[in-house]
Amino acid sequence: MTDNKTSDQGILWEVFIQSKPGIPHKHAGSLHAHDAEMALKNARDVYTRRKEGISLWVVPANAITASTEADADSFFDPADDKVYRHPTFYTVPEGVKYL
Amino acid sequence: MELAEREKEFQEKIDKGQKIEAKEWMPENYRKQLKRMISQHAHSEIVGMLPEGNWITRAPSLRRKAVLLAKVQDEAGHGLYLYSAAETLGIDRQTMIEQLITGKAKYSSIFNYPTLTWADIGAIGWLVDGAAIVNQTMLARGSYGPYSRAMVRICKEESFHNRQGYEIIYELANGTPAQKKMAQDSLNRWWGPSMQMLGPSDADSKNTAETMKWKIKVESNDTVRQRFIDRTVPQAIAAGLTIPDPDLKFNEETQHWEIGEIDWEEFYQVIKGYGPCNHKRLKARQDAEAEGAWVREAAAAHAEKKRNKNAHQAA
Repeated sequence: MTDNKTSDQGILWEVFIQSKPGIPHKHAGSLHAHDAEMALKNARDVYTRRKEGISLWVVPANAITASTEADADSFFDPADDKVYRHPTFYTVPEGVKYL
Repeated sequence: MELAEREKEFQEKIDKGQKIEAKEWMPENYRKQLKRMISQHAHSEIVGMLPEGNWITRAPSLRRKAVLLAKVQDEAGHGLYLYSAAETLGIDRQTMIEQLITGKAKYSSIFNYPTLTWADIGAIGWLVDGAAIVNQTMLARGSYGPYSRAMVRICKEESFHNRQGYEIIYELANGTPAQKKMAQDSLNRWWGPSMQMLGPSDADSKNTAETMKWKIKVESNDTVRQRFIDRTVPQAIAAGLTIPDPDLKFNEETQHWEIGEIDWEEFYQVIKGYGPCNHKRLKARQDAEAEGAWVREAAAAHAEKKRNKNAHQAA
């Protein structure tokens, strides 16, 4: 994502496609457009020429706040030492089912 | 962290086969090489629409016309994915377009040849897209995430391009004597440039060592070219056409087709701007930029008007 300056090329939008009902929208790429309506139409033409999707989201790139790679270790650290969040942490007595 | 240490860490990531994403640290030259490659690739997709666009209004049937339109539309899409991929490296699209229309940026040498007959549309799909697929399948395994993802997408779409081209050539080659002659003539003109388009031989490629160290490319130009030759020669034979290379022979030992000398002099002449259509291609892009200016202005004005209206209603 570059900065979102307004130029001759419009602003940058990130495109998310839902390929089938019931599954999440997934990032597909980005494009340039001057407004949301144009972004949606461009997204249809650029990213769904072969029925890749049934629903599209377009989001101005500068509206997305992302975590940074440099801080990733400390940022995601709290998940590291909590093995008890996983079912494999627990012992199940022999013969007991459906746990 | 020291620069040398960062570079070492970066190289370790690459060696482990990890993909590099836009916001991660990367050596300045990695960024530079990628900007160069991806923008050239994007320009090639855009300029590549021109030789084919030449035949849209004269396609021999409605089916062929619909197919060609869809293919040219795909090329525009490919250009856009690639400009987006390049933008993740911190260069904006306007800058890249300016580099193209001022003649500063390069694009694939092969699009500087004219499409003289309908068979050339077949030859482009078969040979040019065929070579591009082999190259792009390799690039899809490259280390830069956004470029590699764009390649995966593009390769999926290119396989129809390749088949429709071969279908055109095959049909002509098995048609009337005049049609067969047309197909052969087209192969004669496009074979050499198709060999050249995969880039200089490894020994003469100044970028290969660096781009391979960083897995921007995972195979050399000669390796990719050989794979393309091995795939394409049997296709020519199946169509009853002759590859215009008197030195072409099958090596039983290596199981590879071997070709004669590639005309690198021609390749460098075309790159320097002396191909048959360089001037025409550049002019077409300059005109498109100038003639499309009012559309961009109107779109911006419309967006501005809507913003003001919304702000007014909210107030």
